[in-house]
Amino acid sequence: MSALAAVTAFASAPVLAAAEFVRPELDWHALAPELTLLGVGAFLTLLDIFLAERGRVITSALAGLGFLAVMIPILTLASAGVASEPRVMFDGGYVVDGYSLVLKALFVMAGYVVVLMSTNYFAEGDYWESEFYGLLASSLLGMLVMTSARDLITIFIALELLSIPAYLMATWRKRDLKSNESGLKYYLVGVVASAILLYGMSLLFGVSGSTLLEDIAFSDALGSFSDSPAMVSLGVVFIVAGLAFKVSAFPFHTWAPDTYEGAPTPVTAFLSVASKAAGFVALMNLVFVGFWGRSDVYEPTFWFLAAASMTAGNFMALRQTNIVRLMAYSGVAQAGFLLAPLAVAGDSLDVADEALSAIVAYLVIYGAMNLGVFAVIIAVARYTRTGDVESYNGLFRTAPAMAVLMTVFMASLAGVPPAGGWYAKFSIFKALVSPGTASGYILAAVAAVNAVVAVGYYGKIVARMWFEQPWQPEAEEDAAGSAFSSPATADAAATASDSDPRGLVSVSSAAQLVAPERKLMSLPAGLVLALGITLIATLLFGIVPGTLTHFTDVTLF
Amino acid sequence: MYVSQFAVLAAVLFAMGVYGILVRRNGILVLMSVELILNSVNINLVAFGALRDSIAGEVFALFVITVAAAEVGVGLAIVLLIYRNRRSVDLSEMDLMKG
Repeated sequence: MSALAAVTAFASAPVLAAAEFVRPELDWHALAPELTLLGVGAFLTLLDIFLAERGRVITSALAGLGFLAVMIPILTLASAGVASEPRVMFDGGYVVDGYSLVLKALFVMAGYVVVLMSTNYFAEGDYWESEFYGLLASSLLGMLVMTSARDLITIFIALELLSIPAYLMATWRKRDLKSNESGLKYYLVGVVASAILLYGMSLLFGVSGSTLLEDIAFSDALGSFSDSPAMVSLGVVFIVAGLAFKVSAFPFHTWAPDTYEGAPTPVTAFLSVASKAAGFVALMNLVFVGFWGRSDVYEPTFWFLAAASMTAGNFMALRQTNIVRLMAYSGVAQAGFLLAPLAVAGDSLDVADEALSAIVAYLVIYGAMNLGVFAVIIAVARYTRTGDVESYNGLFRTAPAMAVLMTVFMASLAGVPPAGGWYAKFSIFKALVSPGTASGYILAAVAAVNAVVAVGYYGKIVARMWFEQPWQPEAEEDAAGSAFSSPATADAAATASDSDPRGLVSVSSAAQLVAPERKLMSLPAGLVLALGITLIATLLFGIVPGTLTHFTDVTLF
Repeated sequence: MYVSQFAVLAAVLFAMGVYGILVRRNGILVLMSVELILNSVNINLVAFGALRDSIAGEVFALFVITVAAAEVGVGLAIVLLIYRNRRSVDLSEMDLMKG
């Protein structure tokens, strides 16, 4: 990097610019999932422009069908044998292989379940609805692109494409101060994270001279230790830190609880599953393709992030009184488990394979069980109008089906065998001990202790549902909830105040009218379907893990 | 023509941006600090692109400029919404949720 070299570089730049443009080969079949989703998103947006309010009733159904339609090209690609013969475009900058296909399927299904959950949520809250699905589609498009991105520019564009609509979705309840605050916090943390990520990318580009991950991996600077190692280390650490915000790993998790609490609950579910998974996909692409040779830099970074996220997430979750905040800290702890295999991934090719399959399997199972928990939270909050954990007291007596479902999902998150979570945790431990190094064993021990601590707060929710006296809504909560409540609750509050202007009997009558016993029986069809899909996936992957490992046994080399 | 001059300029801009994000309590000023970081990235990318004889640096910088514009558009919309609802964009007042 002498001055002379720099001068020659500047002198030869015009020659480079004059080079003949060659049209890159496009594999339309391989791009079909992204193109279909682009079409769905554009169609939904146009529909909103032309039909305005009249379109409201059909947009969510169309969005759901559209997302399912994206599964068709994914399945045809899978049957075309993409897993064994990857489709490579743009000099290796965009790759469609088995790894990207299984993650594309995960994102599309997660998007579909979020549509099912939001259908009634937005209709009953009287929020603008049609634009929501267009934004959801573009956010999903970013995630689909991310699974195939093997280039710094593509990874950056995919990250922004999935984040920018998410900032808007978190702020969706425009007149609710909490939602505003949650959106602003998410936005500010998100842009700072992507700025830091970009600075790291610019340093990596500087030391390697290419934005293609493959070229970066084989460049002098990352292959050996000779050329400016400080800049390589800075670049890698900045990129990992930028993505750690996205996956809400400690100490970059502070936005998560506030954003999760303030955002509409279906959006929270989307952020905690799809957006977090997209962050992990970016990390996997970078670590297993781009940085793989520099395990001396990223292994200690991931070791610290994983151990700190698990421990801090679990201990802060123990003292939460709001179910959504509890799930946010649980998500921080789960992110720690997901990061753990990356701390040993660079030891050998076999370990890398094991780690990659473990993370992909964990992401799929985590998606199923976490979406399930949020579906139950939405179903229960439809009638209790609160996120307080006390509203789950005695749920088994008032809504036995919800209590059983929540128990299954909580058991899965805690890693209790029949439900899927145990296999996810098992594969993480298997990956951690596979290299046989001290750091791997210590991290496995930390993870084991944390798995036990996590049973504390998951178990507490389950105990509340089965052993406590049923929860009764208080009068103030009815009044406060009526501003954005379901029609039934609003009617109840109105009736109570009409018949008794001084508010003498409103406590008992309102409590009776919104008592959970009767109403929880009538769930909207979308929510029932969402619960069904997540329950089947959670149980299937737990009882017959082979159905999952068949797809998640992937490589990235 | 030393590339290190550009790299140092970019590093200084980056540090100023991070400082601004950490100490400023006004939503708009934090957004401006983020822009400083993004511009330091652009300087880095263009300088390294020239050093490495690669067009990718300039292309990347163009993408960064475009995406930053979209991002700030969304950010200003959110800040404006908050100003309408609370008549203030002071970030230290954003404490409705804790724990």
